[in-house]
Amino acid sequence: MNSLLIKNGRVLDPANEIDAQLDLLVVDGRVAAIGKNLSAAGAQIIDAEGLLVTPGLVDMHVHLRDPGLEYKEDIISGTAAAAAGGVTSIACMPNTRPVIDNLAVCRYIINKAKEQGTANVFPIGSITQGLKGEMLAEMGELKDGGCVAFSDDGVPVVSSELMRRAMEYADTFGAPIISHAEDLSLVGGGVMNDGPVATELGLKGIPWVAEDAMSARDIMLAEFTGAHLHLAHVSTRGSVELVRLAKARGLRVTCEATPHHFTLTDEAVRGYNTNAKMNPPLRAQGDVDAIRAGLADGTIDAIATDHAPHHIDEKNVEFAVALNGIVGLETLLPLTLRLVEQGIIELSQAIALLSCQPAAILGIDRGTLTQGAVADIALIDPYFSWQVEPTKLRSKSKNTPFGGWKMKGAAVKTILAGKLVFER
Amino acid sequence: MNFAHRHVLGIKQFNAEELNFILDTAKSFKEINTRKIKKVPTLRGRTIVNLFFEASTRTRTSFEIAGKRLSADTVNISASSSSVVKGETLEDTARNIEAMHPDIIVMRHSASGACHYLAERLDCSVINAGDGTHEHPSQALLDAVTMIQHKGQLAGLNVAIIGDITHSRVVRSNIDLLHKLGASVRIAGPKTMLPPGLERLGCKVFSRVAEALEGADVVMMLRIQLERQGKTLIPSLREYSRYFGLNEKNLALAKPDAIIMHPGPMNRGVEISSAVADGAQNVILDQVENGVAVRMALLYLAAGGEKQNHDADEGDIHEQLAD
Repeated sequence: MNSLLIKNGRVLDPANEIDAQLDLLVVDGRVAAIGKNLSAAGAQIIDAEGLLVTPGLVDMHVHLRDPGLEYKEDIISGTAAAAAGGVTSIACMPNTRPVIDNLAVCRYIINKAKEQGTANVFPIGSITQGLKGEMLAEMGELKDGGCVAFSDDGVPVVSSELMRRAMEYADTFGAPIISHAEDLSLVGGGVMNDGPVATELGLKGIPWVAEDAMSARDIMLAEFTGAHLHLAHVSTRGSVELVRLAKARGLRVTCEATPHHFTLTDEAVRGYNTNAKMNPPLRAQGDVDAIRAGLADGTIDAIATDHAPHHIDEKNVEFAVALNGIVGLETLLPLTLRLVEQGIIELSQAIALLSCQPAAILGIDRGTLTQGAVADIALIDPYFSWQVEPTKLRSKSKNTPFGGWKMKGAAVKTILAGKLVFER
Repeated sequence: MNFAHRHVLGIKQFNAEELNFILDTAKSFKEINTRKIKKVPTLRGRTIVNLFFEASTRTRTSFEIAGKRLSADTVNISASSSSVVKGETLEDTARNIEAMHPDIIVMRHSASGACHYLAERLDCSVINAGDGTHEHPSQALLDAVTMIQHKGQLAGLNVAIIGDITHSRVVRSNIDLLHKLGASVRIAGPKTMLPPGLERLGCKVFSRVAEALEGADVVMMLRIQLERQGKTLIPSLREYSRYFGLNEKNLALAKPDAIIMHPGPMNRGVEISSAVADGAQNVILDQVENGVAVRMALLYLAAGGEKQNHDADEGDIHEQLAD
């Protein structure tokens, strides 16, 4: 018997409405007990005085780049970044090479993560074969093989008819469709948010209506099909409002927001900063405020990073040419805790947005400390002060707009199925 | 005045005093261009590379003539900037050129921010000859010299700029310069060509040309660039000309002594009628003439101005101008 006793921490398990100074006992990789003054003969003891003891965090939107683009990131470096961020479960997007549209790639990812990774990896299969927007991928077999959702993230499904069928078909197997909602004709080659900053910089703008129009379409299709639609990385006031309305009408619609979209505005692009270039783009202050309000009132179900590693050569170019995306796994937790410090959400809400809520969307048995659950645990020091040094990130890529930022809060120990996978 | 700028990336970097200094310097260079021997030794021994990633006749020639009249060695490079074609990066291209020790790189590029990008990475001076839809500082400066030539000063002028604002780098530089030097800017064009935030930049925005022209001292027409506008912004050149073109009839709304400007190249019969383009109020070729003097000033100042000329034992600019 292999046991671990975490003593004197503040145990926060939103799924079970636990928030108290308690001990947590792990036996053979599972949560055995939570209670006061626990003891266990022979158990390894961790003193968690002053720390939060939470479920290992769940990031439902990550690009691991493995297979095919390992020069940006691979499963080993990506899960190392996750562990350093307190994240024990990640769902990875299918835009790998080859695409996750077949069982072989799905199995490769799951097996490599199990053998060499330091986090659970749940693949998200593609909606269409090769992300081409033409034929549905073999969702049944992919779901059975371990895929937890389906998405053509990065490219919207242009055809409404195909999106309808995708929702119907995915729902047949009980999997959500994750939509990258964007009307490409309205994007029209834009490279940043459309607005006064784009005008000043002379960069082509992506108007908010490009996202809102497609979010509205997909919500209509979710109503029509009755399927579970999850909107990835909502970035506009309109998207948040559309989801709020959909929920009020009882539709199976969920959504996520990224730390960068609730932290930064398009002002960050000034100076042609390619590390502030992502899709959807950083928006205006009104959008940031709407996302924060959506997190506060429960409209937004999850905080996810859209961790998108890119090589320096792909960012060290003219703004219009630079690739979209930033790394996020190692800054997820402190940026979320900023919302708590600013009084926008409660601490337990923050942890729920980072654990049980995304887990529920994906239907995975993680994100809780329920007795018998797999012991994926984050020990968080909410007052740990540190500065983001891009070169020290565990991710292979260093493309973050938060370089030099002073952060408060970090995972000091990350435990995966009872095993310590990261320690600060 | 101590001119502390190594690069000329946009009007944005300059305050009013610095802009006036550049304009005064340009004025002092203007006379050289009318001499029989149009050459002074100011930049003798200096190397200027005109690195043009976009087609240009007027601006490139203007910079080249400006450099030659200052006795610099000028080299022209035309390159393709197609971001689709995977090849050498902009940084590598520029570093290769820099390895040959030019003093100044004058660059035009299709990407907004390309000149900032270069300036951050190179040791030599970078002068922006137009970057994407961002800035075209030498154009705004030559426009200012032309307005001052005809109107005495910029302060208090009403300047109407009409056309495709979204895709114009000339407009962005002009708005900034004109506001810093006390002029008012009115903007007009179809709403498909008006980007958000113009009011925040201090402009008055109209969708009817007549409203912008009313009482204007200066009318600046912008080129309709068929290759940029694509198919969705205007239905036809015919309709554009009818509602947004400048002709003798709507020109009458401007002040009787209003001057007419165009950064070129003109589409006669589209944004401007030939009668107006060739009419008494047009100062379009004055703009081109002033362009050479402005670019001489920019090259001279970017190369270090007076101080370095003393080092080079060539006397100061005023002595040279007198020779």
